[in-house]
Amino acid sequence: MEWDWDFAWSIMPTLLAGFRITLIATFLGAIVAAVLGLVFAILRRSSNRWLSRGTSFVVEFIRGTPLLVQLYFIFYVLPDLGLRLPALMAGVIGMGLHYATYAAEVYRGGIESVPRGQWEAARATNLTTRQTWLHVILPQAVPPMIPAMANYLLAMFKETPLLSAITVLELMNQAKSVANSSYRYVEPMTLVGVMFLIVSLLSVIALRWLERRYGRVSQ
Amino acid sequence: MDQPIIRIQNLQKSFGTLTVIDGLNFDVAKGEKLALIGPSGSGKTTILRILMTLEGISGGRIEICGEPLYHMQRNGAEVPADEAHLHRMRRYIGMVFQHFNLFPHKSVLQNITLAPMLTKGETRAAADKRARELLDMVGLADKAGYMPSQLSGGQKQRVAIARALALQPQIMLFDEVTSALDPELVEEVLEVMKRLAAETDMTMLLVTHEMGFAHDFADRVLFFDRGRIVEQGPPKQIFTAPAEDRTKSFLRKIIAAGQRV
Repeated sequence: MEWDWDFAWSIMPTLLAGFRITLIATFLGAIVAAVLGLVFAILRRSSNRWLSRGTSFVVEFIRGTPLLVQLYFIFYVLPDLGLRLPALMAGVIGMGLHYATYAAEVYRGGIESVPRGQWEAARATNLTTRQTWLHVILPQAVPPMIPAMANYLLAMFKETPLLSAITVLELMNQAKSVANSSYRYVEPMTLVGVMFLIVSLLSVIALRWLERRYGRVSQ
Repeated sequence: MDQPIIRIQNLQKSFGTLTVIDGLNFDVAKGEKLALIGPSGSGKTTILRILMTLEGISGGRIEICGEPLYHMQRNGAEVPADEAHLHRMRRYIGMVFQHFNLFPHKSVLQNITLAPMLTKGETRAAADKRARELLDMVGLADKAGYMPSQLSGGQKQRVAIARALALQPQIMLFDEVTSALDPELVEEVLEVMKRLAAETDMTMLLVTHEMGFAHDFADRVLFFDRGRIVEQGPPKQIFTAPAEDRTKSFLRKIIAAGQRV
């Protein structure tokens, strides 16, 4: 086994194209997870028992099944039911949905960290439910959950290779196709590892900073 | 007597199997200053919380300014109030809490202007102007830009009073507003309330353990025990010549604890 610098350089454009898709998938997945997670968290708190229990059931169901299975389901099974999604979109929805259930827990922790007195003060000053969330609860609940959220974002980033299973041309998939056509695995797989490592290390540094800045919220 | 501003009829409140208020009746006249005293667990704080709609009721009826608080008319029948009705009724009422409950992420000024701007559509300029007048009234004109965490407990509570006043309620509820304060900070809050009582015709309900203050402040004192009014009357009568044994024994304990009555 020998490292071939020329080969490594020659596959870089392909890998970087895949890396770009990886970053896009992570970014869009994070948005889906953040928005949907908040919806889950709020629905779970609903005073309507059917709504809160139904949401809890969906959340547990999603969390109790592997992401890979969910991705297969969205990409390969839904078309049989008449819903055909582009691979990247299926991947973003799958990852976003999966991580939304974790984000919902973080939101819950953050929301519950706001003292009951704040809800009561909001009511005593006659704010509507929407105003209470927007102006009183969320501004206090969000900062302490930033480190935990960033943690899940990093975890999701590292799970994007799963998207190669549903034909998304992200970094791992590009590396596999390069390897399969050239019969060389050392360079592509090493480079994939290095790219993930660089982003992860930078993220860890950013995370430490966020934790110092906002503190940690227990989940 | 004019129509009472608060009318409570056969009020019931239980938490699970625990009954905290059992068939309570009383009226409050417009402008009246009422002190609610009694041992802890006697239901006096619960009454304020029910009036502020922080707790629902289990039975009975409350009227504020002649309108039912927890009931509304629909198709000629009286039905339980919905959130929109409660929202409308809350305009009549303001509350100051034992633990202040200021919004910690907002400045002193923003704490006061938030609700008037959001719920009454006041402009920032109008809300700011009024907030500064109120801060002046509670002696904190120089603290408008401070965050709540930079204030002492007594200052926080004075801001909380200003916040409640900014909505111009007709009824103010004070729930043990000095209980969480260091002793040397109690007086500054009581001063503000005395001034408020003297200068406005607001109806005020006060739950307190400060018997001296209740004596000076109130037009009428209600002594509660186990969710019922045991005895009521002018402060002089309740504090110097109570008729009921339970009132006497309560006051004896308070005096033994070193309070002036």
